[in-house]
Amino acid sequence: MKKTLKRWFPLFGLPTLAAFTVGFLVPFVVGLALSFCRFTTVSDARFVGLANYKSILGDGDFLHALWFTALFTLVSVVLINLLAFAVALPLTKGLRGTNLFRTVFFMPNLIGGIVLGYIWQLIFNGVLAMFGRTLTYSPVYGFWGLVILMCWQQVGYMMIIYIAGLQSIPGELYEAARIDGANPRQILFRITLPLSMPAITICTFLTLTNSFKLFDQNLALTAGQPSNKTQMLALNIYDTFYSRAGWEGVGQAKAVVFFVLVAGLALIQLYITRRREVQQ
Amino acid sequence: MKSRQASKRLKNGLFLVFFSVVSLAYLMPIGIVVINSFKRKAYINKYPFSLPTGRDFVGLENYRAGVEAIGFFEAFGWSLFITVGSVSLILLCTSMCAWYISRVKNRWTRAFYYLCVFSMVVPFQMVMYTLSKTADSLGLGNPLGITVVYLGFGAGLAVFLFAGFMRSVPLEIEEAAMIDGCSPPQTFFLIVLPILKPTMVSVGILETMWIWNDYLLPTLVLDQKKYKTIPMAIQYLKGGYGSIDWGLMMAMLVLAILPVILFYVACQKYIIKGVAAGAVKG
Repeated sequence: MKKTLKRWFPLFGLPTLAAFTVGFLVPFVVGLALSFCRFTTVSDARFVGLANYKSILGDGDFLHALWFTALFTLVSVVLINLLAFAVALPLTKGLRGTNLFRTVFFMPNLIGGIVLGYIWQLIFNGVLAMFGRTLTYSPVYGFWGLVILMCWQQVGYMMIIYIAGLQSIPGELYEAARIDGANPRQILFRITLPLSMPAITICTFLTLTNSFKLFDQNLALTAGQPSNKTQMLALNIYDTFYSRAGWEGVGQAKAVVFFVLVAGLALIQLYITRRREVQQ
Repeated sequence: MKSRQASKRLKNGLFLVFFSVVSLAYLMPIGIVVINSFKRKAYINKYPFSLPTGRDFVGLENYRAGVEAIGFFEAFGWSLFITVGSVSLILLCTSMCAWYISRVKNRWTRAFYYLCVFSMVVPFQMVMYTLSKTADSLGLGNPLGITVVYLGFGAGLAVFLFAGFMRSVPLEIEEAAMIDGCSPPQTFFLIVLPILKPTMVSVGILETMWIWNDYLLPTLVLDQKKYKTIPMAIQYLKGGYGSIDWGLMMAMLVLAILPVILFYVACQKYIIKGVAAGAVKG
């Protein structure tokens, strides 16, 4: 079978491989190479070694964006996962209305980041107007605005994954624990949480990468205002490319740093949470 | 026994009330946008939480002007075309590819699989500049060409999910089909494809949610003067100087959300199941 199938590569493998090469492989390799060059178009690139990376270190906006993004990621990962798990628990008890509530909580996930950003801009500005302020008055407002927006969007999605995880825990375990006299607290920490580790791994992975890579919501909610103080890494890179002529090389170097950070964080997180997964 | 039942009923009642209130609060932001879409723009920023009454009620004027200003229906058409085209292409090509690499195991197919996994952690900013230049030089900057770009950038996740599922599909059925004289395309379309259906739904939903809402990729790849998707059209309302006509914005946000909610209500069961299944395999 393997031999017959092998001859059919042009039909089965080639279309995806060709598109993958054009849409990912070539842009990735060329992008990596261009981060060591000075250029305005791909054809006029000149090798400059690590100069682009050096100018990142002196870029205050980028370093601020790095801290802002890191802090935002930390806060939103913790909040989203706590809330999603807390909502998932009562929604697996088979009570009335459960399906309707799940449907409602999941819904914001289908709305795109740009649209979400403008919805919440209206609401935050409406609330802050009562105190004579606007959303771009202080970066603190922008920060918490983004956190609230992210929670609203992502809690439902993570809740669905947690529910699937909770429902796969066999009921006999709970029964046995109750017969042995375990209290609800012990059941949560000794049974439910350890056996939910696969779901926790996935949810922390998704929230971590989503938050760290956030772009659309950032652009639509504050666009980095006031004075780039609510700018996250992805938006900073975009601005370096498209609103500062001659900085394409630096933008590409920032993108490489960004990629290394995202990949590194994801690997560390997977390593840590995977280790805590238990076999049933 | 009786008192225990009563306390259980009380608990259920409290649960119902609490979650009903939270659900209503959860839907509030959308409700507020709908209310404001009928208001004159001067009243939106100052009093976003009041109902439109008398002088500030403008009926459908915001909708009429907004649709005209950003060409909403055209954007809707392009969004639909690009999403349906890209997702169909992704489902067809990547499922075939995943079958191929799971059945023909050698150095190359294994390397390709790991490249797919690798591509999932690469953020779009890493490739956005070079991708837009590559797409431009190959003439992919139109709604048909962008489906190829989406296939390329979305292949990683799709191949990963399909290949993961393929591992649990027994080889014997396919071998029997081939011995009975099925060619590989016949085996794939008649035997393998039907087995893949649940994974198809998962992949289809995940890719649809991504492509329909994607803003940056089409902005960089498409020729913006000719083609806009819905997220691009909404962002276009912001204009060059950052001043927004909130009346038009509210109406366009409602029109952008409406098809998504209709789609969700129609396919709710599949969406929630598909997301859960897709995540567990990931």
